[in-house]
Amino acid sequence: MGAESSVWFSRLLTELTLSFHIIYATIGVGVPLMIMLAQWVGIRNGDEHYILLARRWTRGFVITVAVGVVTGTAIGLQLSLLWPNFMELAGNVIALPLFMETFAFFFEAIFLGIYMYTWDRFKNPKKHLLLLVPVAIGASFSAIFITIVNAFMNAPQGFDVVDGQLVNVNPLVAMFNPAMPTKVAHVLATAYMTSAFVLAAIAAYRLLKGSHHVYHKKALLLTMKLGLIFSIASAIIGDFSGKYLAQYQPEKLAAAEWHFETEKNASLIMYGVLADGEVKYEIRIPYALSILAHNNPKAEVIGLDQFAKEDIPPLYIHYLFDIMVTIGVGLLFLSLLFVIGTWRGWRFVAAGWFRRLIVLGGPLAIFAIEAGWWMAEVGRQPWILRGIMRTEDAATTSTHVDTMLLLFAALYLILAIGSITVLTRMFRHNPVERELADRGGEHR
Amino acid sequence: MTLEVIGISVLWVFLFGYIMVASIDFGAGFFNAYSTLTGRAHVLAKVIQRYLSPVWEVTNVFLVFFFVGIVGFFPKVASYYGTVLLVPASLALILLAIRGSYYAFVTYGGLRGKRYTLLYGLSGLLIPASLSIVLTISEGGFVSRQNGALVLDYAALFTSPLTWSIVVLSLTAVLYISAVFLTWYAREARDSRAEALLRRYALLWAGPAILTAAGIMVELRAHNPGHYARMLEVWWLFALSLLLFGRSVYLIWKKRQYGTAFLLLAGQFFLAFFGYGLSHYPYLLYPYLTIYDSFTSETMGIALIIAFIAGLCLLIPSLYLLFRLFLFDPDYLQGKRDNHA
Repeated sequence: MGAESSVWFSRLLTELTLSFHIIYATIGVGVPLMIMLAQWVGIRNGDEHYILLARRWTRGFVITVAVGVVTGTAIGLQLSLLWPNFMELAGNVIALPLFMETFAFFFEAIFLGIYMYTWDRFKNPKKHLLLLVPVAIGASFSAIFITIVNAFMNAPQGFDVVDGQLVNVNPLVAMFNPAMPTKVAHVLATAYMTSAFVLAAIAAYRLLKGSHHVYHKKALLLTMKLGLIFSIASAIIGDFSGKYLAQYQPEKLAAAEWHFETEKNASLIMYGVLADGEVKYEIRIPYALSILAHNNPKAEVIGLDQFAKEDIPPLYIHYLFDIMVTIGVGLLFLSLLFVIGTWRGWRFVAAGWFRRLIVLGGPLAIFAIEAGWWMAEVGRQPWILRGIMRTEDAATTSTHVDTMLLLFAALYLILAIGSITVLTRMFRHNPVERELADRGGEHR
Repeated sequence: MTLEVIGISVLWVFLFGYIMVASIDFGAGFFNAYSTLTGRAHVLAKVIQRYLSPVWEVTNVFLVFFFVGIVGFFPKVASYYGTVLLVPASLALILLAIRGSYYAFVTYGGLRGKRYTLLYGLSGLLIPASLSIVLTISEGGFVSRQNGALVLDYAALFTSPLTWSIVVLSLTAVLYISAVFLTWYAREARDSRAEALLRRYALLWAGPAILTAAGIMVELRAHNPGHYARMLEVWWLFALSLLLFGRSVYLIWKKRQYGTAFLLLAGQFFLAFFGYGLSHYPYLLYPYLTIYDSFTSETMGIALIIAFIAGLCLLIPSLYLLFRLFLFDPDYLQGKRDNHA
């Protein structure tokens, strides 16, 4: 195995690890907020159902956290193992947020342990609720810090390059790079959104399976409301991200939109197929790309013709962009219909087909997260540090990456099977009806 | 004190923290497996579970903190160790991942099985062995440059007596540290059967732990005479460490003050670990890399130290709370409260 295949296998292994990790990480960022809200609603309204909801979510959450922690440890170390030259260069500039991420993680880990083992321990339930605040904050802040690192890779700044050496390093300028606000906001909003739809899917699934308990109805309404709020937020921030790309990373936007020629009044291409340089079966929305890029239907949008061939990312990212946007908008309307329908008493929102759509919404939301990350990351190729270091110059020279790829693939398969088995067993063996009866007997 | 020295001291302290908490964790897994084999699982399981459940995640963070910190303070470490350690570190990662998730699956998910308990116990011993390889490599002699790329000589590494001495040391130390801590914990939990069994383990492993530690000195004398000479310069640190060791074994033997015995043990390992690190100074990877030629820019160094101090202001009170609730709360320890979600 030569150096070239080392690069290829390193990319594959990093992609595999991250794709697997973000499923658990996204849930890890969003679910603590949901647990906190449910427990808060329960305490405020004196409603035992919401408190049980928080409790059951927490139990499932620990399993996802465990897998998130171990795969997060893997990617943390793989950065240095697979991309040693990148870490050596970037470490000089971006070590601060990486370091702060571990503190956020530490903070979260400590309080999650305390929260888990102090149910019913305090006389005042609000005290127990307060323990969840650092968990939710820690989870969100580790997402913020790690996204800052990724934003830096897209828009490196905060240093000067003199004779191949990095000088005049300013860690704060590196952290607050132009890509950072939209990236961080989009990651947070979509993580909350995805977690809400995953939890909604569970509630809808129980209702479909014949449980008519009011507990599941409350869970569904709460999560769909939160899903609606965060999908609106995600869409708005997504629009800002488009404007960021137009200004700072036009090659990524142009590749994602198949925008070949620089032009004014640019139209947006949705769907379609690219064959031999020809776009077929697409839907063209006139002026939409100019609006997305500059908020002005007549504005000029830079096309791929402005870039050297070796600097253009792969064009298949257009499909990923379509998947992400379609799922995002679809979930927005699904939750909007549900919330308005429940409020106005429309009957179809309780129909089987509508609930099946909600069940489908959970995995689709996760798929949108994957597609969005693949688009963002592949759209940065051929750079690992845009404009500074190419991916092939960053990878390890070790010749064992292919074997490690197989080992880690086996590991993730085991973790996936294990976590799914454990999660389904946990809830199948202890349905909410039984737990409510048990607790009812216990407490009053 | 220069920024480099502050940086490496901070990391050394965190590495020490990881070694202590991880040893307790790994050793607990092994004792649990061993007692399952000998049909005494019921004696230990409760005590071990009660301690590990709220803290297993924290243990992992110590490790993450160390490797993120070392690449942050000393970015060149990534390019030297990153290339060389791909295989051993990946194996350690896979073991850690299986172990960590398996623990959560069992504790919270009710996935049980004797076979898994045994695997879990064994993996806990393989992890320190695979991680301790780093210490061997840092002594030099196993890494060479070929066509501009760093290559690890596996044959030399696996045939070197130094490697195996360090592996054996890591194993005996893990079992000794863990047994002493759990003896103390079992007494606090008023679980006299677990206490008696763990005390036996503690006494059993005390001898091998100290013998292998001394063995390392002998190996180093042949492998890296410079390092050995500098170790002799700080001989008093090791002598002090030995004294603490003697005192803590005495206390355990006499069944007195297990808390103090564990603190003495912590001091013993801290002094030995500090002496080892001090004599290794200034090399990170002998003879290629010193802490001076790999240190990050001054601004980043200062920023990291500020972040570190701010982080500690959050961490120390939180860790204190964690300990107060689960290590020093009699009701929790004695299992009178099970407030698990």
